[in-house]
Amino acid sequence: MQVKVAINGEKLEADVEPRLLLVHLIREVFRLTGTHIGCDTTHCGACTVLLDGRPVKSCTVFAVQANGREIMTVEGLEQNGKLHPLQEGFVAEHGLQCGYCTPGMLMTSYAFLKKHPKPTEEEIRWGISGNLCRCTGYVNIVKAIQHAAATLQQGGA
Amino acid sequence: MIPGPFEYHAPHTIDEATGLLVKLGTDAKILSGGQSLIPLMKLRLASPSHVVDINGIGGLAYVREEGGTLRIGGLTREADLEDSELVRTRYPLLLDTCKVIADPIVRNLATIGGNLAHGDSANDHPATMLALGAEVLARGSGGERTIPIGSFFTGPFTTALKPDEIVVEIRVPVPRPRSGGAYVKMERKVGDFATAAVAAQLTLDAGDACEAAGIGLTNVGPVPIKATRAEAALKGKRLEEAVIKQAAQFAAEAADPAADLRGSVEYKRDLVRVLAGRAIRKALERAGQGR
Repeated sequence: MQVKVAINGEKLEADVEPRLLLVHLIREVFRLTGTHIGCDTTHCGACTVLLDGRPVKSCTVFAVQANGREIMTVEGLEQNGKLHPLQEGFVAEHGLQCGYCTPGMLMTSYAFLKKHPKPTEEEIRWGISGNLCRCTGYVNIVKAIQHAAATLQQGGA
Repeated sequence: MIPGPFEYHAPHTIDEATGLLVKLGTDAKILSGGQSLIPLMKLRLASPSHVVDINGIGGLAYVREEGGTLRIGGLTREADLEDSELVRTRYPLLLDTCKVIADPIVRNLATIGGNLAHGDSANDHPATMLALGAEVLARGSGGERTIPIGSFFTGPFTTALKPDEIVVEIRVPVPRPRSGGAYVKMERKVGDFATAAVAAQLTLDAGDACEAAGIGLTNVGPVPIKATRAEAALKGKRLEEAVIKQAAQFAAEAADPAADLRGSVEYKRDLVRVLAGRAIRKALERAGQGR
């Protein structure tokens, strides 16, 4: 089946089997390997991407379901060579150890901060509760998101 | 994990969808939020030859009160239920429930219609809908019919829905004044199924006696359980501690759990007793506050 999507603003098209999962379309067909496959069982959230602005686990969506829709992946965060405040926050606060969960954490928190621009720590922890960090580095992930929230509040791009 | 091959259908109307379901018969599965179906297909526990994706059908996602009934469209996402002002202000039991289904990302896709139609006693809406006395509106090739929630769950992963029927709406009676509800779930971690969970919905009369009570149990039996003896133990009484304890005990006795990694039969049954007590107390507190 023919699937047309816009990924990070770029219009892309592919002929796929209906059973192809969205994460495989993104990684293997379009070669955007920033999105990770972690548990492959809808638990870990490493494969989180935004589908029409909402975070979804791309291992649990068929590629054909994304036909005609907009997808944003971790590659879409950086703009004109400048890291997104969330990415800067993860660097500044050491918000990653092995980094495997990071793309999913970033995409979830990107959507989360749009909805909750001034979150409490508890709200952040609730917001990322569908993303698992096997290094258990949650303390610094929360700090990184707080860092980004503060930057975005000050009008940082 | 790669699902088995299937043919994909994306109808744009309910009639088109039911037409396909009639034609394809039991070889077809309906794809709603997909957060149960796709994992099952990846594990090859389900290998339908046809998948009918109903997400392209417009007008099936809404939450509104109309004529004394809360109407929820079958394709309403859990995240939208959770964000609904109506649910937040008037349906505490429903709000409690959608906040603990899977995790926030899964809730962006998961639908209330799918949660019920999947017929899994480990899902959270069934117990809540049993406590609320809901009805399911289904549409198939033969037209529309309402199914009382009490006769909706007919066996493990089995419901009263016919193969060509789609859940189009869930109907909940608007609670009378001095009603309140609560859903209390024990889960090992966010995203896990309940070890056990209890839904309680209460209405108090002018003299503070319990006028109506609904108690539903999650994941402690082959089907979602309505704890009718526990409900009867509350009705007509002022809900003092001894009454609540007795009802909680009856709820535990109604549970029919199986031992698994989450706990033994004895543990789960006693957990139901504790969670039922907590749910009833919380529902009572909320009913006393007016809603």
